[in-house]
Amino acid sequence: MHSQQILEIKDLKKYYRVTSGLIPRPVGDVKAVDGVSLTIAEKEVLGLVGESGCGKTTLGKTILRLEEPTSGEILFNGMDVVKLNKKDLRKLRGKLQIVFQDPDSSLDPRMTVGGSIEEALVVQGIKNAGERSERVAALMEKVGLEAGFYERYPHEFSGGQKQRIGIARALAMDPELIIADEPVSALDVSVQAQILNLMMDIKDRDGLAYLFVSHDLSIVKYISDRVAVMYLGRIVEMADKHEFFKKPLHPYSEALLSAIASLRPANKDRILLKGDVPSPLKPPSGCHFHPRCHRRIAICPEVDPEYREVAPGHFVACHLY
Amino acid sequence: MSAKTLLEVKDLKTWFYTRRGIVKAVNGVSFTLDEGECLCLVGESGCGKSVTALSILRLFDSPPGKIVEGKVLYEGLDLTTCPIPQLRNIRGKDIAMVFQNAQSALNPVFTIGDQIEEQINTHRMHHNGTAREKAVALLEEMKIPEAVGALKMYPHQMSGGMKQRAMIAMGLSCDPRILIADEPTTAVDVTIRAQIIYILQELKARRNMSIIFITHDLSLVREIGDRAAVVYAGKVVEIAPVEHILRKPAHPYTIGLISCLPDISTEVKRLPSIPGNTPNPMDIPSGCPFHPRCPSVMDICHTVEPEMLNISGVQTAACHLYDADIMGKR
Repeated sequence: MHSQQILEIKDLKKYYRVTSGLIPRPVGDVKAVDGVSLTIAEKEVLGLVGESGCGKTTLGKTILRLEEPTSGEILFNGMDVVKLNKKDLRKLRGKLQIVFQDPDSSLDPRMTVGGSIEEALVVQGIKNAGERSERVAALMEKVGLEAGFYERYPHEFSGGQKQRIGIARALAMDPELIIADEPVSALDVSVQAQILNLMMDIKDRDGLAYLFVSHDLSIVKYISDRVAVMYLGRIVEMADKHEFFKKPLHPYSEALLSAIASLRPANKDRILLKGDVPSPLKPPSGCHFHPRCHRRIAICPEVDPEYREVAPGHFVACHLY
Repeated sequence: MSAKTLLEVKDLKTWFYTRRGIVKAVNGVSFTLDEGECLCLVGESGCGKSVTALSILRLFDSPPGKIVEGKVLYEGLDLTTCPIPQLRNIRGKDIAMVFQNAQSALNPVFTIGDQIEEQINTHRMHHNGTAREKAVALLEEMKIPEAVGALKMYPHQMSGGMKQRAMIAMGLSCDPRILIADEPTTAVDVTIRAQIIYILQELKARRNMSIIFITHDLSLVREIGDRAAVVYAGKVVEIAPVEHILRKPAHPYTIGLISCLPDISTEVKRLPSIPGNTPNPMDIPSGCPFHPRCPSVMDICHTVEPEMLNISGVQTAACHLYDADIMGKR
């Protein structure tokens, strides 16, 4: 794919200072995002996979500057998001949007659905009320909500419908990139498919790009063009979807793929990882994955592997390659 | 299979009488569980699968909940009517339960060891060695590293996966014959989920224990289940051995549920989806509860509720499509 990159992230870091004691003293940093670099092209879906606590949500929020990055660059259409002032940032957020995981807590329970969607337009400075309500109606239709729902409140809706409202809000200013943070993980399976299809339709029609954050590789396989795997604040592997699912390189990706239950008969021998994801406050030395790795070699506990391109478009951070 | 039937649930109805109306959470569930068998109850949220599990041991709040009809027969004893002291003797000892959210099911002010030992002591199951030794052995069986140290930990000091395993250890502490596991892997990560499923598979084989595994995730069913019962709107709509359910599902809901799941081993351009939403258990549609969402709906589905029909000896489904009389007339 040689279309234009709309998002380019270089060595992005987000650390949270951890303090302790009555007179708080810093005792360390939680390196939630620890040197992430990635690009997203126009109309592309990048699936970002990882277990809980790996920093995938923080990465999404930091891109929008809902969390201030500690260091690094975020280029959106060539513009450095990190350096934008408040006014320009607001303008940017019309084009760079986010859909949250839990539609329950991301909608104001005391605001009607129409009002919630309209608010996005007000914020973006559309003063004409007539124009606003017209656009709200169009947005609601786009996501499959009846126009009659305008005056209703979030509690009157099911999870799937609430997520549709969240998507309508994100679409309000015709964004170019939507960061979708686990948009279907709170939904029932039969509703999940509806929302995934809706997101695909919108993407095809409006030519959007998504950063699709999920812990579920089956869903990522369905929706993404490329896949990035995150572990303890870092991207350990990134590749084209087909290549990734055919032959994952990083041992962690291998284990993730093998851990997935499938409806089809079992896939060879399952790789069972030992132990839990370590605390990001005290990540293991060398390669962060080495204590759980089934293909560990002598160098792994000592030296942090470099994140390199081992085949065209296929990046991996592992000493084996 | 000639294994002994251990548990039989017959036309169970558990309703909740609330101020806003009657919630028919479980509305006529029937199934049997054999010795050494793993039966999966599959369904979406609100379908009544958890309340079914709670009803077996009468663990729901009453009022507002009430078993209005049906029987739960454990070795001939009806658990829905037997006196509470007798039931208490069965809870935890013969039939144990593992809950979905270990975080809220564990008591935060007691150590894991205290909580496991409490159960062992209650049922006086410590004749072989002390309760503590037994607790250590259980945690080791759950593959928790440094089991002796882990016993002294409080729940907040453990990771999610460890807590869930400690919960399972608690469930197993009195060597139950039936383990009811209510979505034990929903709150944990995939790599941890694989560990827990592996532990349960091992347990089942080694202890010849029966498991009722409740899940919304059909792909887990293949991993662990022998038979599966699909629950929709408080009813079992299909029950069959797992291979049948996955390869040749009969009920339109099961068919929809399987096809709308993105699967890692296949490539699809577009996911089929089931239109609409799961029904409100306070307002279950007339006739077949699935009819408003069903792609093969007929006139009769609006008014007459289908009975469980035999599809292939081991497979039954509640759908008019398999009723020769009705289909013959068309």
